[in-house]
Amino acid sequence: MKNFLKQYSFFVVFVILIMVLVEYLVRSKIVPAFIIPAPTSVASHIVEQWRPLILEHLKATMVEFSIGFIIAVTAGVALAVSMFFSKTIEKMLYPAVVISQMIPIIALSPIFVLWFGYSIWSKVAVTVLMSFFPIVVATYDGLKSCDKDYIELLRSMGANKRQIFSKLNIPMALPSFFSGLKIAIVYSLVGATIGEWLGASEGLGYYSRRMSGDLNASGVFASIVILTVVGIILFAIASLLEKRTLRWKNRL
Amino acid sequence: MTLILKNVTYTFPKKEIPVIAKLNLTVQQGEFVSLIGKSGTGKSTILKLITGLLQADEGEISINKKPVTLGDVGFMPQKDLLFPWRTILDNIMIGAEIKKEIKISKENARSWLKKVGLSDYEQAYPNQLSGGMRQRVAFLRTLLTEKEVLLLDEPFGALDSITKKEMQAWLLSIWQELDKTIVFITHDLEEACYLSDRIILLKEDRKIEETIVPLPRPRYQEMLHSQILVELRKELEKKI
Repeated sequence: MKNFLKQYSFFVVFVILIMVLVEYLVRSKIVPAFIIPAPTSVASHIVEQWRPLILEHLKATMVEFSIGFIIAVTAGVALAVSMFFSKTIEKMLYPAVVISQMIPIIALSPIFVLWFGYSIWSKVAVTVLMSFFPIVVATYDGLKSCDKDYIELLRSMGANKRQIFSKLNIPMALPSFFSGLKIAIVYSLVGATIGEWLGASEGLGYYSRRMSGDLNASGVFASIVILTVVGIILFAIASLLEKRTLRWKNRL
Repeated sequence: MTLILKNVTYTFPKKEIPVIAKLNLTVQQGEFVSLIGKSGTGKSTILKLITGLLQADEGEISINKKPVTLGDVGFMPQKDLLFPWRTILDNIMIGAEIKKEIKISKENARSWLKKVGLSDYEQAYPNQLSGGMRQRVAFLRTLLTEKEVLLLDEPFGALDSITKKEMQAWLLSIWQELDKTIVFITHDLEEACYLSDRIILLKEDRKIEETIVPLPRPRYQEMLHSQILVELRKELEKKI
């Protein structure tokens, strides 16, 4: 906790200053409330609307996020492992994975709506497309990063390929995998939100768009605040998981 | 466990000139042999050929008349290569994890850690250890593969001179206790003379020259300054 304060106290001060400034600008009518809402009105919007915001919209977004993220991690790790074992698969699919990131996802999303309609799967598809790439690249690079000397050491002991993979390649890949996981977990949430903008009947992305249509800036910011808090929590969970798994890194 | 290299030739892929040419070498059971020579004379390559990591183009390498394959000898590379995510105890147990026929119990491994003065560190991770400690762990890992023949590639090359002296004394004591055959690479001629029964000088013309070290066993650090060792070292320095 002491470290936490030391690390983030300046940041907290900065955020509070900004909020006070915004509050002042809005209250003194320098900036109209539909451009930037006063932090207090965002807060009261959240308090008043917490039921639909949390129970309905956040829940919907979290379901899309969870399905998409789990698919991305499972498929991403599977692809990374198959590319690691097969040069053919690597040559065939690695460029495709990279190119998939060059496609502007917003531009692709109408296609997903065409394919999956307004069902949950169009949002899941955007989520997967967003978070798949960091998982594949990080896992694959991690698996490949293994020092040849370590492999020779195990081979000299008579280890077979399977043992080298489980005792060496996997633990070696974990730090890189977790870096990818932390990026992917945040991207997934962004993906779910973007998916909802394009066509949905629930979810925080849908909610913020609806509020924007009503010129209700407090409503837009309320969903942004909730999404941000959730994003931070998800990132923190991933970091915690990383710290627990890579315990050896913290001991010095 | 006699280790025999017979007419061994090896050329690196895409190279014309062999790095090892028609090498003949016999190492007796329990013998301590050092390989010395300039960089590029193939010292490490010889060890890799003996481990089976590299395949000789010609010739045979055998231990007790059986051709060597991977997993037949204990190999300690130049870098300690400890697995940073494993505790010290788990690091030295890796050999037993890989080969089921190696029966090293945790108690057994612990008693070894105690012997090398690392019993307080069994649950520590490698990044908490000093260079000399890591080297001892790496040696134990090699030792606990329970092979008769141990190949040590410049194990003390990266250590400061005081730690190095300690490690040499420590290695000698362990070697004397267990009847292991050791092939040892070093750049340090004094170290080669002090530790070995026999020194093999690898020359740039791919020939070898053997020198028997006439010091008695057991050896003590005082011998480092003995007339015999100093003379021998001078002689080797000229030849190398």
